[in-house]
Amino acid sequence: MDVSQYLDIFIDETKEHLQNLNDQILSLEQDGENMDTINEIFRAAHSLKGMAGTMGYKRMQNLTHDMENVFSEVRNGTIKVDPDMIDLLFKCLDALEEYLSTIQETADEGTNENEPLIKGLNNILDSKGSAGGAKEEKKEEAKEEAKEEAKAEGGKEAKWHSITLDESAKSVLDDARSKGFKTYGITVYIQEACLLKAARAFLVFKALEELGEVIVSVPSAQDIEDEKFENDFSVIFLSEHKLDDIVKAIKEVSEIEDAVAAEFADGELAAQTEDKEEEVQEEAKTEEKKEEKPGTLPSTDVAKTAPAKAAPSSNAPEKKAAAKPVVNRTVRVDIEKLDSLMNLVSELIISKNSLVSVAGSVVGSSNIAFNEQIEYLESVTTNLHESVMKVRMVPIENTVNKFPRMIRDLSKKLNKKMELYMTGEDTELDRTVVDEIGDPLMHLLRNSADHGLESAEVRAERGKPEVGSIFLDAYQDGNSVVIEVRDDGNGIDVENVKRSAVEKGKITQEQADVMTDKEVINLLFQPSFSTAKVVSDVSGRGVGLDVVKSKIEALSGEIEVKTVLGEGSTFTIRLPLTLAIIQALMVVVGGEKYAISLGTIQTIESINPSDIKKVQGNDVINLRGAVIPLVRLNEVLDIATTEDSDKDMIVLIAKKGDKLAGLVVDELIGQMEIVIKPMGKYAGNCKFISGATILGDGEVALILDANALI
Amino acid sequence: MDELAINVEKTQYIKIRLSDEFFGIDIKYVDNIVRMQHITRVPQAPSYVKGVINLRGEVIPVFSLRLKMGLEEVEETKSFRIIILKIDGESVGIIVDEVREVANLAPDEIEKVNHKNAEGVQNFLSGIGKTESSLISLLDINEIFSEKTV
Repeated sequence: MDVSQYLDIFIDETKEHLQNLNDQILSLEQDGENMDTINEIFRAAHSLKGMAGTMGYKRMQNLTHDMENVFSEVRNGTIKVDPDMIDLLFKCLDALEEYLSTIQETADEGTNENEPLIKGLNNILDSKGSAGGAKEEKKEEAKEEAKEEAKAEGGKEAKWHSITLDESAKSVLDDARSKGFKTYGITVYIQEACLLKAARAFLVFKALEELGEVIVSVPSAQDIEDEKFENDFSVIFLSEHKLDDIVKAIKEVSEIEDAVAAEFADGELAAQTEDKEEEVQEEAKTEEKKEEKPGTLPSTDVAKTAPAKAAPSSNAPEKKAAAKPVVNRTVRVDIEKLDSLMNLVSELIISKNSLVSVAGSVVGSSNIAFNEQIEYLESVTTNLHESVMKVRMVPIENTVNKFPRMIRDLSKKLNKKMELYMTGEDTELDRTVVDEIGDPLMHLLRNSADHGLESAEVRAERGKPEVGSIFLDAYQDGNSVVIEVRDDGNGIDVENVKRSAVEKGKITQEQADVMTDKEVINLLFQPSFSTAKVVSDVSGRGVGLDVVKSKIEALSGEIEVKTVLGEGSTFTIRLPLTLAIIQALMVVVGGEKYAISLGTIQTIESINPSDIKKVQGNDVINLRGAVIPLVRLNEVLDIATTEDSDKDMIVLIAKKGDKLAGLVVDELIGQMEIVIKPMGKYAGNCKFISGATILGDGEVALILDANALI
Repeated sequence: MDELAINVEKTQYIKIRLSDEFFGIDIKYVDNIVRMQHITRVPQAPSYVKGVINLRGEVIPVFSLRLKMGLEEVEETKSFRIIILKIDGESVGIIVDEVREVANLAPDEIEKVNHKNAEGVQNFLSGIGKTESSLISLLDINEIFSEKTV
């Protein structure tokens, strides 16, 4: 059977399971006795095995099967968790991830059998209490049998009897019957272990539709598609074919446990309704049994299910409601579709802007109704943009939750004790940003672990706790998101950096002598600069911080470092919430229009030229006690100003981190929502220009990056 | 049949004019030809980058072909056009004095030129096309927009 259409789902879900396993095994390492963790691991491994099996990935299935066996023993208490085992399990996870990435690339799992791992797992199973293991197996078998029995009792019931037909359906049936079609009721049971129930059901429907027509289905086709059903569904079916053929066709679909079907005649329809109430109760009972079955999976034994079975059936509906997982009302959407939606919204905003500008330019256009509609349109497009933006936002969780595992591995590799503390994993960012931010963060964390944290001995000497701490904090701050990577390690040794820079010929000794600490630290962000004395495979290959910086700048973000020697360092990354559309201030410099992101502008001041002071040859102003350097944009942009030099100047006070600068412009146009467009690689390489935007009149205005000007 | 086979082998070139010289641009690079419009200057860009324009919602950089090839700039006339080229999926416009016609050139009508050690305009030519009416210098678009010259 063709499973390729489920490949995406498989890949997504496998990733989730693997992540879950990673997290759980990490906590298992901390607390090897925690039953919840062990159960969770067991469940995840079990699901993985089932999914791999369904998709026909035998090697993956084998490996997960053996892992599941180990967890099963752990759960039963016959094996104790030890560090070797944890290591092996992590290796298994890595192997599974490898399978997954091969599958992602080639839709095939590859040929690596990972025999050493399987052998290792089996060794664990063999070495520890082989007798216990055998006993367990028996117990397991007994459970299986019990399950089978339960199924046999209530499972094979022809539930289609309980379907009620409305008038229109009845008339369709009568009509068809008079034309010689036969009417069948069919109840299809899908195997309990089946993980792609909706897919199987879909295939059954497809098979049925080739043979006849489905009149009614319970649950509804939509619910079945959304997988809102237990392990069975019933249909009323019209066909010319024989019953046997139909049942055969259904059973050809894999993982179908059984199909109970019968032809029914006119008379039965009436009887059906009367029986209905009884049937419903009956159904509730079986439902309840089914609910209980998953319960047997973890650790309850058969005896425990018995009283539950005997529970009064009036209880059943409530129980059912409680046991059902909250239906997650989400859809998976291809990111490309969202991109094109975002593009359309951008187009809409541009055309809205041109409408606004047309409305403004028509002389004597005092049509109030028209203006009202324009205003309404503006608010709709703004809301639309915000909604689309929100749809594209995902928590950074998916990216950062692989870090605890990484730190654990690093801790072993570097032989340093360290702990990662994360907060704000639920902070949301644009999907594209979240995808891109993983690597830079990983670099920074590795950096902290390798260069930042001292060895245990040095830490003891300095009176620090033996276990080093690395913090990853994320939070939203206005229109941007801040991610901080902090450690309580050694901090950056400025003198050391200077020495290294001089040795490498990056700067001269004279330069080094006059450099501020901040300037020195910025050297670290230059290409191929590493101060690590020993080049390790963790970090220190001289690619790192410069890559981090360029990556973050490519995302229109910025990075800053604060460090105190002996106490630790903090890397602060600031990222814009969205990349495509921003609120901007439109200004005129030398007759040209420019946009400046409103987020960077603090205030707008009117400054008299006589208030300008000179400090070290640079123009500065003293604004309410703060000395702020002036940047004359016309000079930066190579254009003659149109303003008189003795008139008051318009100065935008821009902020970058804790630095301020006053940007001198000729004229203010106003605030505008703009769509950022890339300029292409041929448009020169001006670092003050972060992009372009299309104005209402169709003209292009460049976007000034105030951060680059400060 | 024979005639058809020859036609297939012919390459189409957009024939353009700079001053009184004709140049050909392989039509496979040409996406669009538009009239002159407002060009937004890009600060600190090389002199041959005239700026950016808005073409149906896309922002596209525009080069002066004259300056790029080391020719003198002249006053803009009504016949000036911007040819939008697509190179490796990236759009870029070039300003030309005039767009004339499409020229069909068979391989035997093209004389290859060796532009190693050549100077000025010669640097950017891939060959000379000979038609009945005139000679066309065929532009090597990849050379004009190659990493080392842009």
